[in-house]
Amino acid sequence: MSGTFVGMPKFPGAAREALADTQLRYNLAHATGTIRGKRAAVVGEVENWEEVRLAGAAVKERALLELDQRLMQLEGALTARGATVHWARDAAEANAIVTGIAQAHAVDEVVKVKSMVTQEIGLNEALEAEGIAAWETDLAELIVQLGGDLPSHILVPAIHRNRAEVREIFLREMAKVGRPAPAGLTDEPAVLAGAAREHLREKFLRAKVAVSGANFAIADSGTLVVVESEGNGRMCLTLPEVLVSVVGIEKVVSTWDEVDPLLRLLPRSSTGERMNPYTSTWTGVTPGDGPQEVHVVLLDNGRTRALADEVGRQALRCIRCSACLNVCPVYERTGGHAYGSVYPGPIGAILNPLLKGTGVDEQVDSLPYASSLCGACFEACPVRIDIPEVLVHLRSKVVDGHRDDRIPKPEAVAFKAAGWAFGSAERLAAGERVSGLAGKVLGRRGGRKAQVLGRLPGPGGAWTDARDLPVPPTESFREWWERTDGGREEDDDDRT
Amino acid sequence: MTAREEILAHVRAALADVDAIPGPVVSPAGAGADDPRDVVLERFAERVADYRAEVVRCASDEVAAAVAAAVPGGARVVVPDGLAAELVAGLAPEQLVADDGLTAHQLDAIDAVVTACRVGIAETGTIVLDHQADQGRRALTLVPDRHVCVVRADQVVADVPDAVALLDPARPLTWISGPSATSDIELSRVEGVHGPRTLVMVLVESEGGR
Repeated sequence: MSGTFVGMPKFPGAAREALADTQLRYNLAHATGTIRGKRAAVVGEVENWEEVRLAGAAVKERALLELDQRLMQLEGALTARGATVHWARDAAEANAIVTGIAQAHAVDEVVKVKSMVTQEIGLNEALEAEGIAAWETDLAELIVQLGGDLPSHILVPAIHRNRAEVREIFLREMAKVGRPAPAGLTDEPAVLAGAAREHLREKFLRAKVAVSGANFAIADSGTLVVVESEGNGRMCLTLPEVLVSVVGIEKVVSTWDEVDPLLRLLPRSSTGERMNPYTSTWTGVTPGDGPQEVHVVLLDNGRTRALADEVGRQALRCIRCSACLNVCPVYERTGGHAYGSVYPGPIGAILNPLLKGTGVDEQVDSLPYASSLCGACFEACPVRIDIPEVLVHLRSKVVDGHRDDRIPKPEAVAFKAAGWAFGSAERLAAGERVSGLAGKVLGRRGGRKAQVLGRLPGPGGAWTDARDLPVPPTESFREWWERTDGGREEDDDDRT
Repeated sequence: MTAREEILAHVRAALADVDAIPGPVVSPAGAGADDPRDVVLERFAERVADYRAEVVRCASDEVAAAVAAAVPGGARVVVPDGLAAELVAGLAPEQLVADDGLTAHQLDAIDAVVTACRVGIAETGTIVLDHQADQGRRALTLVPDRHVCVVRADQVVADVPDAVALLDPARPLTWISGPSATSDIELSRVEGVHGPRTLVMVLVESEGGR
C-alpha cells in the first residue's frame, strides 16, 4: 500500500482540500444520509433503546475500571483453551509478534479480516517489509488495498470510490495479485462483488495463516467475537490452520452474558440492521473445527495512556460502530482522510489525541478542534461516550501543552494582551478610546457606514477568514455612561 | 519488565483514582418477551425473509419433502454426521456426502449443506449454530454455496438476551442473519459474497401442520 497517514497536514489544511472535492462531498452526503436513515429506523424499533444503551455503556465501563483483573482472567481462560496469549506494548511489538508467527509457518501470505487495530499498527506494511503479503478480504478494504489508497470511513472504507472507479481498479489490479477480474466485468455492484468472491476464494482456500481483530474479548470464557457481513471473516476464522487475533486491551467484556446489550447495539448503530449477517465467536482451539493453532495478541499502543485520563477514558468504551461519523456535520463535509488517522470523525478527534498524547504532534493537536461541539455524536453513540465533553477537555490539554512554547501562538498573545488591558481601568479606558477612533475611521470606509469588517491583515486574518468581525462601536460604554449620566440625559440625536 | 508486566502496571497506575467497581450489568428486557408463541414464530419467519433468506414453513411430517425441494435436483449435499436421517430422507442417497474430513477444496466442489441449528431469534431474524454434531464443523456451513437450515419451532426465542442465556460460549458459534451481504459499493446492498449465497430456512412447526 502506498498510502500512509504519516506526515498528514493539520486538520484545517486537509479539510480545505477535501472540501474542494465535489465528488467526495456528494459520496459522503449520500452515504452518511442513507446510513443515518437506516439507523434511525431500526433504533426506533427498540422500545427501551435508552435502557439498552445505558447497559452497553455500563458493561464497557465496568470492564475498563478493573481492566487488570479482566485481562488476566481473559489470558487464563484463553490459555486453558489452548490459545497462546502475547502482550504487545506498542505497534512495533505487535507487528513483530504477528510477523514471527507467519515466519514460523514459512508462509509468504496471510488473509485478513477487516480490523481497525491492524490498520492502526500498520501491520500490512510490516508484513510486506518481511516479504509476506497481507490480503485484505473485506470488499471495501480490498478496493482500498488494490487502489493503493486509504480508508475513509470505519464502516464503508471505500465510500470515496464510485462503482466506475471500483471496476477500473479491479480490471487493472486484480491480475497483478491473483485471479484476474473477468473480461466482461460491468460496474453493477453485484457483478463487482462476484468478481471479488472469485478473486478471494482461491486465497481463502489455500491460506495457512489468518489475521483478525476482535469486536469483543470476553474475559470469563476466553471467547473472541467478530461481527461482519460478507463471510470473509468466517472464511479467515475457519479455514486456515493458524489464526492470529490482534486485540486492543479495551475490547474486554467481563462476562458472556454482558455481551448481550452490545450485540443489540452494534449492528443497529453501525449498518442500520437489526443484526449483521454473520457473527462468529470462538474460544481458543476447538478440536477438529477451525484453526488448531490460535494466537491472541493483547495490544496497549496508547490505551493505558487514554485510560489514565479520567475524562477521556470513556473513549475506550467505543465499539467502532461509526454512528458518530454519520451524524457529524464536520465529517459529512470533509470525509475521513482529513483526520489523518484510521480513526476518523468525532471519535477519531478524541481517540487519536488520547492514544498518542497532546502537545507532541501538531496534526494530532488539531483534531479536538475539528468539531462544532453540536453534540449529535453523543446522542448517536450506543455506549454514551460524551464526545463533546472530551473534546473540550482535550482542547484545554492542547492549550496547556503549549504554555511554555518559545514562540507563542497568536491566540495566546491576544489573550495575554487582553489580560493586561482588562487588568487596569486606565489601560482599558485608553484601549476603548483607540477602539472608538478605529470604529469611526473603519466604519466610514467606502463612503457609507459599514457594519462588519472584511478580512483583517496579519495574524487577525486567520480569524476573519471565516468570520465577520463587527466594526467597533465609536463610543465605549464608559464614555456613554459619563456623557449621559447612566442614561438619565440620553439624547438619541447624539448617538452616532 | 516483560510487556505483560508493564502493560498491567500501566493499567493499575491509570486506574489509581478508581475506588468503586460497579457490579455485573443486568441485561434490559428483550423485545417480544410476553408475546404469544404464534406471534413470535410469525415475526421470526418474517424477519428471516426480510434479510433475503428463503423461508419455508412446514409440519414435522413434511420436513423431508421441504428439504428436498430446497436443493436443486442432482445437487451434491454434504450432511453432518449427527443430522437426523429423516431430514434428508427426501434426497437420493447418491446425492449425500458424509463429512469424513473434507478439505476446503473438496467442500468448494459441493453444492449444498443441510443442517439443524441451536437457536432462532425472532426479533433479529437470526439463526445461531453451535456446531454440534447435527450442524457439523464450521467449514461445512461456510464453503458450499447453499445452506438449508432446519429450525424447530421450539428452538425459536424472542430476542438476543434469550439466545445469549441459552448458548454456551465454550462452543464455537455462528450467528447467521440472512445470506452474506455487502453494501460496500455505493451502499447498494448485494446479497451473497463469500458465505453461502442462498440460505433456505425450513421452520418446522407442531405435529400435523399448522
